Amino acid sequence: MLEIALKGSKRYYGWIAFLLVLIGIGSMAWLDQLINGLKITGMGRDVSWGFYISQFTYLVGLAASGVMIVLPNYFHGYKPNKHMVIFGEFMAIAACIMCLLFIVVDIGQPTRMLNVILHATPNSILFWDMIVLNGYLGLNLLVGWVCLQADRARLPHPKWLKPFIYTSIIWAFSIHTVTAFLYQGLPGRHYWLTAILAARFLASAFCSGPAILLLVMMITEKFTTFKMPKKAVSTLVKIIMYAMCVNMFFFSLEVFTAFYSNMPGHMHPLVYLFAGYHGHTELVGLMWTFIGLAAVSITLLVTPKFRNNFKLLPWTLGILVIATWIDKGLGLLIGGFNPTPFHTITPYWPTAKELLVSMMVYAIGALVVTILFKIATEVKEELGQAQAMPCGCSTEDECDCTPECGCTDQCTCKEA
Amino acid sequence: MKNNRRSFIKLAGIAAAGLGIAPRAMAAAMGGSAPIKDDPKGITAKQWAMVIDTTKLNTAKDIEKLAKVCHTVHNVPSIEGKQEVKWLWPDIYEHSFTEQENPHLPDAVTRRQYALLCNHCENPPCVRVCPTKATYKRPDGIVDMDYHRCIGCRYCMAGCPYGSRSFNWGEPRDHLDLDALNKEYPTRMRGVVEKCNFCVERLAVGKLPACVEASNGAIHFGDLNDPNSEIRAVLRERFTIRRKPSAGTEPSVYYII
Repeated sequence: MLEIALKGSKRYYGWIAFLLVLIGIGSMAWLDQLINGLKITGMGRDVSWGFYISQFTYLVGLAASGVMIVLPNYFHGYKPNKHMVIFGEFMAIAACIMCLLFIVVDIGQPTRMLNVILHATPNSILFWDMIVLNGYLGLNLLVGWVCLQADRARLPHPKWLKPFIYTSIIWAFSIHTVTAFLYQGLPGRHYWLTAILAARFLASAFCSGPAILLLVMMITEKFTTFKMPKKAVSTLVKIIMYAMCVNMFFFSLEVFTAFYSNMPGHMHPLVYLFAGYHGHTELVGLMWTFIGLAAVSITLLVTPKFRNNFKLLPWTLGILVIATWIDKGLGLLIGGFNPTPFHTITPYWPTAKELLVSMMVYAIGALVVTILFKIATEVKEELGQAQAMPCGCSTEDECDCTPECGCTDQCTCKEA
Repeated sequence: MKNNRRSFIKLAGIAAAGLGIAPRAMAAAMGGSAPIKDDPKGITAKQWAMVIDTTKLNTAKDIEKLAKVCHTVHNVPSIEGKQEVKWLWPDIYEHSFTEQENPHLPDAVTRRQYALLCNHCENPPCVRVCPTKATYKRPDGIVDMDYHRCIGCRYCMAGCPYGSRSFNWGEPRDHLDLDALNKEYPTRMRGVVEKCNFCVERLAVGKLPACVEASNGAIHFGDLNDPNSEIRAVLRERFTIRRKPSAGTEPSVYYII
């Protein structure tokens, strides 16, 4: 099926070339890091993990997000989702690859990476994170590829695949739980030392992940004949809404525990993030932006009028992604290291080179997504599944899109 | 068929012979004729521990003098700023004992500087989180580093509640006087974590840790598990505290206040 990815329009090749240029530029920065070491980053003795690890943490959520489409389809027989499943799985593949790459660029001795396997240490959560991430990558590659190949041959999905599909659904929860455990089990890092961290990770994954997936799908719709079934979109948006509400509820539980108990260790990171501590207010503006955007996105999501407005939806999702990224992609990590073990504040900010290396990883992710989505959308086109109709509906929507209904390109026909 | 049986018997014979010889060969390779032997002068303990008398050792100048000795002995690079590498350093009471401060401490206590280093915890979180066993606890209680095993993931730095670990963000040898290296201890490469090791390399040849030797009696060092040791006598007689007792790590560094 890979040959499909080799045939494309000029625009498709232009996009691939653009990504390769970004990867090329970023890899120069990475080369610099390989030669000179991690001193080119903004990390230091006190904040010893930075932008790389926080991006990894955020992207694990994207990897886990596919399950929010796969699970309703297989566990609940909710079929409107069935043509979206493959995209969830392919997105998970790209996200897992980016996660693994962010770990690779973060370690000081990448040539010794295999020590994690050669000297396997099961008491280290990092060992388990390696297992669950690679396992999830493998499961999604297998399930996604085999299903798509069967679809293309117009054959039913093979029966032997079922156990792998069910395993992958449960596995999706494990990648986020284990990644949370990376942080959760450390004494002396109060912002992370909380039993609800894994639950918070899952809640934020199940809102931010599907939101990113939907945004990418909307872009995909612009360039292909693929069209998401409206029912599938609105179900996913409802899932995003509930997950975001739960996410913010869990966050408020943290705030209550810290401030009602009056325990200094629990309060200090939150004070640093939201009010500043020892005169350091680097993150205050960003953290309040997170609260503001989270409030806006929840308002837009819980109001049916706004939620069902497909014009407004990309903005709602964009706002949600920015809010959750500030919270989990930045605040969680920096708030965990600050205050330091000496109750001091060491501000952290990524350097330009660090951002270039991150850009390289994101561009590789985009390249994987482009190639996989290209294959998937072409196969859907061959099969005539979930294709756009002139009225803006999807062929799965069962709407009356004949000229007799009087609609032009712009109108949306009523469902039959 | 016949051929097969013959070759099977032949193989089985070789395998049996191998099984008989292998353990002896292994024993010969590993045991009696091992090229490295323990130094008979080496000193050992069940759990090495340190008691720092802060009534005697409490100025930044004095502690920095010890830090210099320590850093010279271990070829620790001197780097300015947040990417610094340090094994032993001075800090104020408020930073050293974050859970045990109150606004009305005696001036003497708040004026002092405290020598900070790796606590060689009995229950070290850094060892628990390390994915390659590059940091490990020795049978004598010392938490040591294998610089050649470390992949530079810095998980141990996140795990340490005492901020006692340093990472070589760049090439450490650029910050060393290469003519004045201590040839008896290795230098490090970039991308690995390092920290105080209670001078395991000195204990192995019967010397006390460099800071203990240079402290003029302000630092006691000995076996915590031996009730008759000098260190236990000091702990019985003087009031001591440890850093962050709530972390449950059981530090092996005690401070006389």
